[in-house]
Amino acid sequence: MEEEILSRMRRSIVDGAPQHAAALAQEWLQSGSEPLHAINDGFIPGMRHVGEQFGCRALYLPDVMAAAEAMKAATAVLEPEIQRRGLKRGVRGTVVLGTVQGDIHEIGKNLVGTLLIAAGFRVIDLGCNVAAERFAEAAEQAGADAVGASSLLTTTMVRHRDVIAAMERRNLRPRVKIIVGGAPVTGKWSAEIGADGYAADAQRALDLVKRLVAPSAGDAP
Amino acid sequence: MRPAIRLLDDALIARVLGEAFQLLSNPGIQVGAAEARDLLASSGAVVEGERVRIPEVLAQTCLGAAPREFALYDRTGSAVVRYGGDAVHFDPGSSCVNILDGETRARRSAETRDLIRLTQLAEVLPQFDAQSTAVVCSDVPAPVADLYRLYVVLAHSSKPVVTGAFSGETLQGMLDLLALDAGSPAALRARPRAVFDVCPSPPLQWTNFAAHNMVRLARAGVPAQIVSMPMAGATAPVTLIGSVTQHAAETIAGIVIHQLAAGGAPVVWGGAPSILDMSTGIAPVGAIETVMLNLACAEVGKHLGLPTHGYLVASDAKLLDAQAGAETGISAVLGALAGINMISGAGMIDSLACHSAEKLVLDAELIASTRRLLKGVETPTSTLATAMFASLPKEGFLASRETRALFRTEQHLPSAVIDRGNYQEGAVDDAFSRAHDAIPRLLASYSRPALNPALLAGFAELLARQAAKFGVTFSPPTHDNAAPLHANLR
Repeated sequence: MEEEILSRMRRSIVDGAPQHAAALAQEWLQSGSEPLHAINDGFIPGMRHVGEQFGCRALYLPDVMAAAEAMKAATAVLEPEIQRRGLKRGVRGTVVLGTVQGDIHEIGKNLVGTLLIAAGFRVIDLGCNVAAERFAEAAEQAGADAVGASSLLTTTMVRHRDVIAAMERRNLRPRVKIIVGGAPVTGKWSAEIGADGYAADAQRALDLVKRLVAPSAGDAP
Repeated sequence: MRPAIRLLDDALIARVLGEAFQLLSNPGIQVGAAEARDLLASSGAVVEGERVRIPEVLAQTCLGAAPREFALYDRTGSAVVRYGGDAVHFDPGSSCVNILDGETRARRSAETRDLIRLTQLAEVLPQFDAQSTAVVCSDVPAPVADLYRLYVVLAHSSKPVVTGAFSGETLQGMLDLLALDAGSPAALRARPRAVFDVCPSPPLQWTNFAAHNMVRLARAGVPAQIVSMPMAGATAPVTLIGSVTQHAAETIAGIVIHQLAAGGAPVVWGGAPSILDMSTGIAPVGAIETVMLNLACAEVGKHLGLPTHGYLVASDAKLLDAQAGAETGISAVLGALAGINMISGAGMIDSLACHSAEKLVLDAELIASTRRLLKGVETPTSTLATAMFASLPKEGFLASRETRALFRTEQHLPSAVIDRGNYQEGAVDDAFSRAHDAIPRLLASYSRPALNPALLAGFAELLARQAAKFGVTFSPPTHDNAAPLHANLR
């Protein structure tokens, strides 16, 4: 019975069906089962499968977006019960994302966020046109492991420096890693401004974060 | 007959425009510039905060006011680029931040020396009717980068220029530079040498900077080229036709702002639409769907009788490989068959992130072949074949008078960059190598236009003023090929 519902949970993520995922989470709680078990052995394996399929071009970005939506819907149902029981959900790390001040382009940043969620990271997305101070403030409040700052324009790319300076002012460096991305950004730029890394696309950004943020023992995927 | 291609029939274009007009009133367009919103409000649009609802009747009036054709002029005052009708022109891709180094075949940040080289090549290659401000030079400070690259191109070229400003604050300096080049603002208006790309932000948004520059350009009488760039599946509907409709709405909104600022000012129905690659998240310029979007968007503009532009002749490949050649050739041919007035993009690889002098040289060959295709199968003789058989010399057709008289027009005669030789062991090279080898020969045929020293001094003074305005120090680069510039700016 339990195995069967866990399998349906996996399927709901792969299908990208938020309502179905939420209903399964509800059903699980009503039976009195342990909520972390549903996340770790039902929903997350679904996300892992989606990530793998995306990597080999069997699934595509809209599929990953839908899977992330389903994951979000399921965790929204389970999260209150996890907290009520005083449990702690194992996440691989917390990443604050945003597009720098003066820049409204966020497709790339959103893709990075989706892939991070799919891989089991907690993502705090600050949106676009984000002031440097706001990155640092959010990273401090959330106890983030990494901050990702995106820019599409050569004219806004310079704001990456401000983000790093704001992080330093709050003494968050070098503990909190900073990664930069966006069309004009290069590895050279990342090194020049003292960031911890740069990635050319969303998949590589995920690999970079995985490398920079060591997963703590026993955590999911 | 001239060969042509169409992707949309008239009934479908009518539906595109019908829904575009609906989008203009609901949800309307976000317009960032108060000055533009005021113009719209006083002409019957409904303004709610930054959202502007444009009634169809206003849009139709402004579409009717936009000119059907206009020209860009070279330094001698000749109208060498004709926007309108089915005229087809090509210019190199613009605003690139990287260059494929021809020596190392590796990508690096573009610098002044690269812009000079690309400009010199586009100057001597007759396939390019216009220059573009091809790269952003990483060796000058950002606040003067747009003015500076226009300066570099004007100092090295006599052709018209496709350019653009990077902000609302820097446009005036560029207009001042062009006015200096033309002799006066009035001369610039009468015989514009440059067209400015201005980009709405998808979906359905004209930012403060873009709307402001549309107003400024219209009032200066300098042509504006609206480059709407819906990305199907990301910032626009996933269907090609849905993105074409969004492109139409964004472009019409730009034309409305522009024509309200100055009725009859020259404006281009341009674009750089693309799909979203669903695996990598990039905008693939070489995808056939991206090419289809460019063609379909231009068809809507042509249906309205407006001058057109598209972004083609580029590739997503990282090197000059088979993919680069295939994507470039296919899009050049299709864009030309669609009769797009200005086709930008030549020289570019890496999804418009990297320029290549070698590719510019190769693309010139593809463009030459494309132009041959556009001429179609002609009938230059009174009989198609019988008379040539009747007068056939015993040595055969190679010795016939008609062959000698007509082969230059019947065939495009490629340069040595195109490999048509017999196989020769040990002497096989690739297109990149042949293009690379051709560059010194091409540059040897280049000569810098003789500019009046007072004009050059004026250019330098403008640059210095712009640098001072933005509080940046600016020392001109010292590469060998930049020596004349350096002397001028010192």
